[in-house]
Amino acid sequence: MIQLKVNGTSRQFDGDPDMPLLWYLRDILDMTGTKFGCGVGLCGACTVHVNGAATRSCSMTMKQAAGKNILTIEGLAAHGDHPVQKAWKANNVPQCGYCQSGQIMQAAALLKQKPKPTDHDIDEAMQGNICRCGTYQHIRQAIKQAAGVKA
Amino acid sequence: MSNVYQVSRRGFLEGLFSAGALILAAPLVPEILKGSEADNAAFHPGVYVGIQPDGKVIIVVHRSEMGTGIRTTLPMVLADELEADWKRVQIEQAIGDRKYGSQNTDGSNSIVGFYEPFRVAGATARTMLEAAAASKWNVPASECQAKNHEVVHSSSGRKLGFGELVADAAKQPVPKREDVHLKSPADFRYIGKEVPITDLDAIVTGQRAFGMDAKVPGMLFASIEHPPVLGGKVANVDDSEALKVKGVSKTVPIETFKGSNYMFNPLGGVAVIADNTWAAFQGRKKLKIDWDLGPHATYDSVTYKKELQETARKPGRAERQVGDVDAAFAKATKIIEAEYYVPHLAHAPMEPPVAVADYRDGKVTIWAPTQNPQAVQTTVAPAVGVKPEDVTCNVTLLGGGFGRKSKPDYCAEAAILSKQLGKPVKVVWSREDDLHFDYFHFVAAMYMKAAVNEKGLPTAWLGRSVYPPMLSGSDKPSYGGLGSMGFIDVPWEMADFRAENGMAQGHVRVGWLRSVANIPHAFAVHSFIDELAAAAGRDRVEYLLAALGSDRIIELGGGGRGGGRGGRGGANRPNPYPIDTARFKRIVEMVADQSGWGKKKSGNGHGYGIAVHRSFLSYVATVVEVEVDSKGGIRIPRVDTVVDAGTVVNPERVRAQFEGAAVFGASLALMGEITSGDGRIQQSNFHNYPVARINEAPFETHVTLVKSDAAPGGVGEPGVPPIAPAICNAVFAATGKRVRDLPLKKAKLV
Repeated sequence: MIQLKVNGTSRQFDGDPDMPLLWYLRDILDMTGTKFGCGVGLCGACTVHVNGAATRSCSMTMKQAAGKNILTIEGLAAHGDHPVQKAWKANNVPQCGYCQSGQIMQAAALLKQKPKPTDHDIDEAMQGNICRCGTYQHIRQAIKQAAGVKA
Repeated sequence: MSNVYQVSRRGFLEGLFSAGALILAAPLVPEILKGSEADNAAFHPGVYVGIQPDGKVIIVVHRSEMGTGIRTTLPMVLADELEADWKRVQIEQAIGDRKYGSQNTDGSNSIVGFYEPFRVAGATARTMLEAAAASKWNVPASECQAKNHEVVHSSSGRKLGFGELVADAAKQPVPKREDVHLKSPADFRYIGKEVPITDLDAIVTGQRAFGMDAKVPGMLFASIEHPPVLGGKVANVDDSEALKVKGVSKTVPIETFKGSNYMFNPLGGVAVIADNTWAAFQGRKKLKIDWDLGPHATYDSVTYKKELQETARKPGRAERQVGDVDAAFAKATKIIEAEYYVPHLAHAPMEPPVAVADYRDGKVTIWAPTQNPQAVQTTVAPAVGVKPEDVTCNVTLLGGGFGRKSKPDYCAEAAILSKQLGKPVKVVWSREDDLHFDYFHFVAAMYMKAAVNEKGLPTAWLGRSVYPPMLSGSDKPSYGGLGSMGFIDVPWEMADFRAENGMAQGHVRVGWLRSVANIPHAFAVHSFIDELAAAAGRDRVEYLLAALGSDRIIELGGGGRGGGRGGRGGANRPNPYPIDTARFKRIVEMVADQSGWGKKKSGNGHGYGIAVHRSFLSYVATVVEVEVDSKGGIRIPRVDTVVDAGTVVNPERVRAQFEGAAVFGASLALMGEITSGDGRIQQSNFHNYPVARINEAPFETHVTLVKSDAAPGGVGEPGVPPIAPAICNAVFAATGKRVRDLPLKKAKLV
């Protein structure tokens, strides 16, 4: 029996311990805000926080998630009012929107680590998150706005 | 057909509107578009708007949302003419139904095709509300005006809310089109303003459901091992190990499409059924299948490229000709030739193909991210032996589309499995499935030849393009068909011109990708004009303006095949979209000005390139700045784009489309390539089919929209074609190296 916390709620899982956290969240808990994009940690659509660190949930097994605190897009802020979400809205970042949960979780982790990121910091932190619509320029603006640094 | 009419609550509408609501349907085919589509016009009854007795306005959007913002933009148009308060508008997504007219969200056509009908629908409802108020107050209708969700009597100042008027308005005769007055642009409330997308809050909180998130009680999960080669069939399958995977319940064979008729039909293979996605994926890895691979198992991209290039060197079928290029070449003093090549590309939307199907008692319900819900109906129906009207297709948000999700093969797979298993089934494609079995953008070879005069300007032009046909389903070589996009409509002023198309045989599924044949054609045409300018030693902006020549309208008729969206006029009908060289020249001048063209010299690994292209009825000029480092790595610090798309409804979202197009174009130019060996696609995920990431994409893109009240052009696709040639022209300016084969990552720049 694997125990873990998801968005503050204690959960137990007795399925395949090799199941990736992504599919546990999506298919077992029906928390579909975390997206499937590549399955091998190359696109970032499935990014969640594991004990506070941005993590690709497609590449972490339930065995590895045991005992951890998982935060997903659904739990990032009570009313969607995390500074990153607010900046995302103010800057109209999403186009199709599919990758944006992952982008937002990655950006939130970046700002926790580096509250005033440079362009280089943003490139380093965000290059694992693909956006096929090409919203990168808006993402960069929104991160800077959330951080209160000059665009 | 030109009138809006009132409809009763029925079917889908019944669930949406309460009793007493005013519901209007309008024809979806503007008069101007009827030329070639006259036969279908009678089946195009409706865009719907309804007003509830509580005043809530419900607008049904029949086009799919894949990131352009159309779910917001079309309702803005209707709400504007209706004088509705945007806060009291509810937007509903239409199911697939031919009564809406074409729902195929492609061709950058949603605003082009539906701007006018949505305006008429809104204005008609407004007119009926005003008439209802006039009759209630017993005053002339001309004294009653709708204003922000109320009708106001001008002299007395009396007011009635839309909700209070609904019951009486529904009894009013529906006015004829000529009695419905559209607003003056000066009075627009929403058109031309920046309105955030309706799904914004739900997207940033992870609440908005995409196709991947669809769920039906009792649903099973399926992952399909497709034949590795197009047209391959299962010879033998051993599923004993797959069935041992925890959560896997069974395997189900799916028949391969018949003959070479792949079209939208399932590829075939073996489906692994499980109680979650992961188990289905794991089970698939344990399948042991012997394949009968069929004739395409020899498809090899290296050999095929040579074949296409050989064909492009020989005369093809003339798609359009003016004057006599052969005679002009024979007496020319200077001739320039060049060959270009663009490989297969994959759509790679962030959400791979996925669909949920529920087959019950001869009826099927589908939930899918699809650009074309009616094609879902007509594809699913024969696959499971029902009528198209017995297929209900619910359209979810699309996690990207780019043309891939116009083809509903994955929906047919889900329906076949649901029928067989007697339960709802969700088919999930992995990224590997997506890249191995895409409808690939066609690989293309182009041969270009021009005679130039003493100023270095082209006087005679021959363009020859060869690529396998889209969705041909043919096992013989044939013409690419869309030879017109960007190739017959070359705007340079020349006496002699011919565009030709050669034959090729497809070996993988080939389908349209964002901007379609404009991708290879714009690459060839705008690289070649840059080569001519280089040979003449002239400044590119000055040269392009000279090559565009006099202000004139280019007629594609006469000696040409197919219009390539050159215009939309019919017989005896004015064309609202003539190819106008003055509009080309204007945006070239504007983009030069905006980018500071000529202020910084190119060279030493730093350079600027320009391309100007018209597609999907819009004109786009782009300047790209590149830096090439000592290892040949390319950085794009800045892109400047000027767009003349005529009337623009939601400028903020339109600029976003062109920013995105710069990234999409940079991806294909820098790194996009799909190859085949032994009939198998050699790319499998984002490590070997890379797309631009934040550190590789253009660092900043500046987009200016030309202020215009001309008929609206497309915006989803036209930003893509100029990017690749502008990048390569900039690389040439920076390094002196001319790259004629994409992608750039394979070129030796240092």
